[in-house]
Amino acid sequence: MEKSLNWREFVITRLIKASGYSAILFVALIFFFLVREGIPTFWKAEIASLFSIRWYPIEEYYGILPLITGSLIVTIGATLVAVPFGIGTAVYISEIAPRWMREILKPLVELLGGLPSVVLGFLGILLLSPFLRVFLDLPTGLTALTGSLLLGGIAVPTVVSVAEDALDAVPRAYREGAWALGATRWQTIWRVTFPAARSGVLTAIMLGVGRAIGETMTVMMVTGNAPVLALKLGSLFSPVRTMTATIAAEMGEVASGSTHYHVLFFIGMVLFLISMGVNIAASSVVFRAKKRAERILS
Amino acid sequence: MKRALSINRHLTQRIGFTVITLMAVATVIPIVAVVIYIFLQGLPAISLEFLTGFPHDGMRAGGILPAIVGTLYLTVGTAIFSVPLGIAAAIYLAEYASDTPLTRTIRIAIINLAGIPSVVYGLFGLGLFVIFLNFGTSILAASLTLSIMTLPVIISTAEESLRSVPQAFRTVSISLGATRWQTIRRIVLKEALPGILTGVILGLERAAGETAPILFTGAAFFLPRLPQSPFDATMALPYHLFVISTQVPEMPIRIQYGTALVLLVFVLTMNLVATVIRSRARAKRQW
Repeated sequence: MEKSLNWREFVITRLIKASGYSAILFVALIFFFLVREGIPTFWKAEIASLFSIRWYPIEEYYGILPLITGSLIVTIGATLVAVPFGIGTAVYISEIAPRWMREILKPLVELLGGLPSVVLGFLGILLLSPFLRVFLDLPTGLTALTGSLLLGGIAVPTVVSVAEDALDAVPRAYREGAWALGATRWQTIWRVTFPAARSGVLTAIMLGVGRAIGETMTVMMVTGNAPVLALKLGSLFSPVRTMTATIAAEMGEVASGSTHYHVLFFIGMVLFLISMGVNIAASSVVFRAKKRAERILS
Repeated sequence: MKRALSINRHLTQRIGFTVITLMAVATVIPIVAVVIYIFLQGLPAISLEFLTGFPHDGMRAGGILPAIVGTLYLTVGTAIFSVPLGIAAAIYLAEYASDTPLTRTIRIAIINLAGIPSVVYGLFGLGLFVIFLNFGTSILAASLTLSIMTLPVIISTAEESLRSVPQAFRTVSISLGATRWQTIRRIVLKEALPGILTGVILGLERAAGETAPILFTGAAFFLPRLPQSPFDATMALPYHLFVISTQVPEMPIRIQYGTALVLLVFVLTMNLVATVIRSRARAKRQW
């Protein structure tokens, strides 16, 4: 009895440990397969063509610059929407809203995070893009701006939940101290609570940006998918095509092993590295801030 | 002078609070509006035939049964792989792991998994499951891809829930002679269950609504029959909505809204269940 129990305990402990390590295994596997299929790009496609400004795979033009600028402009637009509204909502929920309001708002924002992106893209096609076309008098409503607005909405829940956690984590004594010194609640929020939560808010912004760069279905449905270089502000009002949308739209139709196939994996590799950079930067901000807080408190 | 200053301060506060409140309202109203709008537009399309019939006339008529069933299969398939693995990983992090460089690497890996774009998961699934392991475009390959994507959500919520169980519970159990695993299984897991369940459902909700990871790993444009085995490709609600709103010309708008509504109800139900479990557990908690 005793012995069989020990044996079972041993096996289960091993299994649990192995599961714990699995996350590392999966990241490594993902990177391995992206590299395996993406690196042949360098000998299959001409390097010069890769950094040209023309994406036209049928004639072997694999310039990824238009796709990168497309992703950038849509992401910047989305950030400009998501950051003020996300942080505003987080401040409201954490500092201003009465308790009952908080209990309603938090699940609602969470709900937005759970809405399938394809549903937002669908409404973008049917409602937002015709509206923008008429309202801004554009030749088409499927533009970078349409994508930015929807993507902003998609990034908002990420920004809200991380920023709200950060604001919530500021010790109550900080606020009480400020009030005792005669500060209004508004002054306390902006001069005490917010600066104290700064690193968490920064993390929230970075994770929101990461969410926006990686979003696929919505941008594919509403940005018009024209691979043109987007460098001017005016590009916001014309169709663009992002890296994610290119992969999603074209991978289904390429022969596996073709140059086009490898280039699409190469783009996936670039996206992987961007998201890894963003996430490691975001979490290191938190780690550093924690260390500083520990130093102060000790 | 002093009085003016103080009025000024309170005026600033009033303006500031109004602006922030308006921003929160402007964030939340579109969410509610979207849900109500899809309900209103989609309800007329819902009928028994729509929910239980096959699409015909190039998907411009008939029902969406294969897409509903497909999404169910994919969600269950995802749960089969990601739930045990995710909970076990969370147990490791919450109960066994100490703060070593290896543990920190695991945490960074989880953060990374959470941030990888969904379409990149699709590429990975294509490379590993569809081509390398030769599962083909199938429910199996798509479920495995979605599982890995869902894993970070399940691990982090389950770990948080396990950590919130007071240390005293473990100490008492161990001091009564229980082994570490017995303590975890009978005491800690039992107490943390509602929190874990909430995380699991929220993770699966995301998987059910995803399109990009299944585009090249398991989604079928149109199938005349239901999938017969895990090695068959399948239709799925999100992909179907994408197809009928962008790829099929002269698609009746009613069917599009109907499909969006069914997908929304699927996702909202999961969301609601998770919220209810969480709030009931919070109300009941005695520690």
